[in-house]
Amino acid sequence: MTAPAPAQDALAREVRQWLARNWDPNLSLAEWRERLADAGWGQPTWPTEYYGRGLNAEQALVVQAEFARIGAVGPATAGPRGLAAATLLEHGSDAQKKRYLRGITTGRDAWCQLFSEPGSGSDLAGATTRADWDGARWIVNGQKVWNTSAHHADYGILVARTDWNLPKHQGLSYFLIRMKQPGVEVRPLKQMNGHASFNEVFFTDAVVEADDLVGKPGQGWQVALTTLSHERAGFTSIRGAEKLRHGDQRIYREYAREIEIANEPYTWYPQRAGRIDMLLDRARESGAIEDPVARQEIAGAIALQRCLGWFGARGLAKGPAGSIAKLAASRVARAGNRAHTIVSGIDALFEGPDSPRDGIVGEILLSTPATSIAGGTDEVQKNIIAERILELPREPRFDDGPFKDVPRN
Amino acid sequence: MEFRFNDEQAQLRDVVARFCRDKAPSSAVRRVMATDTGHDHDAWRQMGAELGLIALHVPEDMGGLGFGAVELGIVMEELGRSLLPVPYLSSVLATSALAEIEDAAVREPLMAALVSGSKLATLVLDSTNGHPVSGELVAQDDRLTGSVRAVLDGHRADLLLVVVRAPHAPTLFAVDAASSGLTKRPLQVMDRTRRFAGFRFEQVPAARLGTLDDAQVERIYDTALVALANEMAGGAQALLEATVAYTRTRVQFGRTIGSFQAIKHRLADLLVDVELAKVAGYQAAAALAAGEDVSANASLAKFVTADAYMGAAREAIQLHGGIGFTWEHDTHLWYRRAKSSEVFLGTPAWHRERMIREMTA
Ligand SMILES: Cc1cc2nc3c(=O)[nH]c(=O)nc-3n(C[C@H](O)[C@H](O)[C@H](O)COP(=O)(O)OP(=O)(O)OC[C@H]3O[C@@H](n4cnc5c(N)ncnc54)[C@H](O)[C@@H]3O)c2cc1C
Repeated sequence: MTAPAPAQDALAREVRQWLARNWDPNLSLAEWRERLADAGWGQPTWPTEYYGRGLNAEQALVVQAEFARIGAVGPATAGPRGLAAATLLEHGSDAQKKRYLRGITTGRDAWCQLFSEPGSGSDLAGATTRADWDGARWIVNGQKVWNTSAHHADYGILVARTDWNLPKHQGLSYFLIRMKQPGVEVRPLKQMNGHASFNEVFFTDAVVEADDLVGKPGQGWQVALTTLSHERAGFTSIRGAEKLRHGDQRIYREYAREIEIANEPYTWYPQRAGRIDMLLDRARESGAIEDPVARQEIAGAIALQRCLGWFGARGLAKGPAGSIAKLAASRVARAGNRAHTIVSGIDALFEGPDSPRDGIVGEILLSTPATSIAGGTDEVQKNIIAERILELPREPRFDDGPFKDVPRN
Repeated sequence: MEFRFNDEQAQLRDVVARFCRDKAPSSAVRRVMATDTGHDHDAWRQMGAELGLIALHVPEDMGGLGFGAVELGIVMEELGRSLLPVPYLSSVLATSALAEIEDAAVREPLMAALVSGSKLATLVLDSTNGHPVSGELVAQDDRLTGSVRAVLDGHRADLLLVVVRAPHAPTLFAVDAASSGLTKRPLQVMDRTRRFAGFRFEQVPAARLGTLDDAQVERIYDTALVALANEMAGGAQALLEATVAYTRTRVQFGRTIGSFQAIKHRLADLLVDVELAKVAGYQAAAALAAGEDVSANASLAKFVTADAYMGAAREAIQLHGGIGFTWEHDTHLWYRRAKSSEVFLGTPAWHRERMIREMTA
């Protein structure tokens, strides 16, 4: 499981030397991330020709540990940029990787995921947003919805229908679309927790350049599956929970602002994951630590969270097993909600300033329901596990044949 | 980073898996279950003499093979995928306790007898929660008095190891099962593949092997918890597989029942339970092997795997329908093992509490 220690030591030394020469908290965030992209240390697992170092996941941990040791800021992680990167690395052309991966890792470009539609969420392959070839470019018309961070995004990964005569999964194509153009309108949607980090997005003759098609026309479904499997596996760790080292140098101020603005959902993503990390402290605070029932609930929630973390850390959340992680994350969120309610008692009545911890407790209770929906619902994950891991029979289908004839909303 | 067991560990798993498949088909388990001892003596002899499993985790300088908790976990998981009735867990308990004794002159003769399989020993645990320090016995002038509700494999053990506070430090004693003053009562256990006996001690002479510190006592307990947790993860996995296989073949309403979404979703949930249980067992074993403070995660592994195993047993019966509630079908044998394992060494609720106690200590 572990690489020979000397090789790891040499790697750690190399990173340390590079950091000693390059890390400077008085740089701007942008300047620093350009250095990271040039040297490849920000994305150790990416290929060397695309701003990475070509290392394996285990070596990447060594690199990250060196960064963490001195509080060096890492690459940009906000929003669905990681999903765009993972998909491009697997399916993108050389030109696409060169053009987009740098801006993804430096934080210059923000990304969003344009998959769900009013008429097709779980049934992603039922998308009716269309992209038509006008001889030189793709022209996009239709509507997407629930698109996190679309209001900050420079680019979107887009699934759209390019052929209506083929069966539904075969008529889709996968695009990279510029968000800041006249044909794209983004309207924020207010969520049940009061935040507005997702949006609806309208396309009216929006333009996608010819070389922003990922894969071939009609391969959209295969490419999208790559995005989805990375999305599910991502639920093994809690976005936004990374502790940033507070210094008052320029780079830390800019980093905090990045998290505050571009990473808007990250202010509540830790809450949506159930904030298991807060349970014991909260229980001491409220006195529930003496309550045997509360202790039982807390233990159950912590255990789930740890098992999910170990499942991820052992690299088990790959392919269809990402759905195991996604389902486990829903359980963690629900267990966190229940335990925080028991721990808080009457205080669980409130939100905002009247709720404990400056509103965080209220936000937990109002955010956890997102976990079992976002990134594919629990029911969809169970179908995936049953059919692809347990090899049980597939659901009966009523959507064969040319897509134009398939019943839909 | 994908976790992999190394080649040697994978080989060990294969060997034990094959052995269990050969030795523990349902017919064999049921035959042994009906005997007085409830142990497959032949299989037990082979596990010691041929496979070296009794000595597996015993340090090399004590005559063992020197493997650690990870390998022990692998053996337990594979044993748990079968119902092979052998006194492996009691043997692990006894040898683990004995290994904590520093004085080689005291330890060696006993260890040699246990590792060679010539003697069977068990560790007397407190009946309420399986903790190694017995609250049921008192020692006075190296004589033990009290009564113990349930001792694992006590019906057959030649030697009982007991940890008693005597009077302050936990002290390990050895008691010959044939001693005068010791009354044994084999119990009618729910899980007939794992036997227990009750004992009454009246001034029973005991050999004082040495004192243990609290950390040593906890290590014995944690070793037992992690071993049983891995066994339970294996059992849950076996039940899941058997149930999935059944739902793929049983037809109702003109289709296999495994094609109904209600059933697919229950099995998917069960798979999540089982996968998280396995990881809990592996992680606790790895931490134990690395010498980390593992008590919170050992308790975690115990209750996570127990809940998964009981859940799997319940689902297995439910998804088999009427046949699942018959004596003839094997499902109840697993249900019984799951129930026995859920309770032995402390209930899930007890271990949730222990975990929080450890985390807030
Ligand atoms: C916080 C949040 C952030 C999101 N961010 C994004 C984003 O950035 N980009 C994006 O494209 N989308 C995003 N989504 C959308 C999300 O992916 C969809 O909401 C989700 O896939 C469900 O689709 P739907 O809302 O249309 O519900 P539906 O698909 O209509 O589902 C309704 C109910 O029916 C059940 N159901 C549907 N099909 C089946 C089936 N085959 N078997 C059993 N039950 C079924 C579902 O489980 C659900 O309970 C986000 C959602 C949330 C909540």
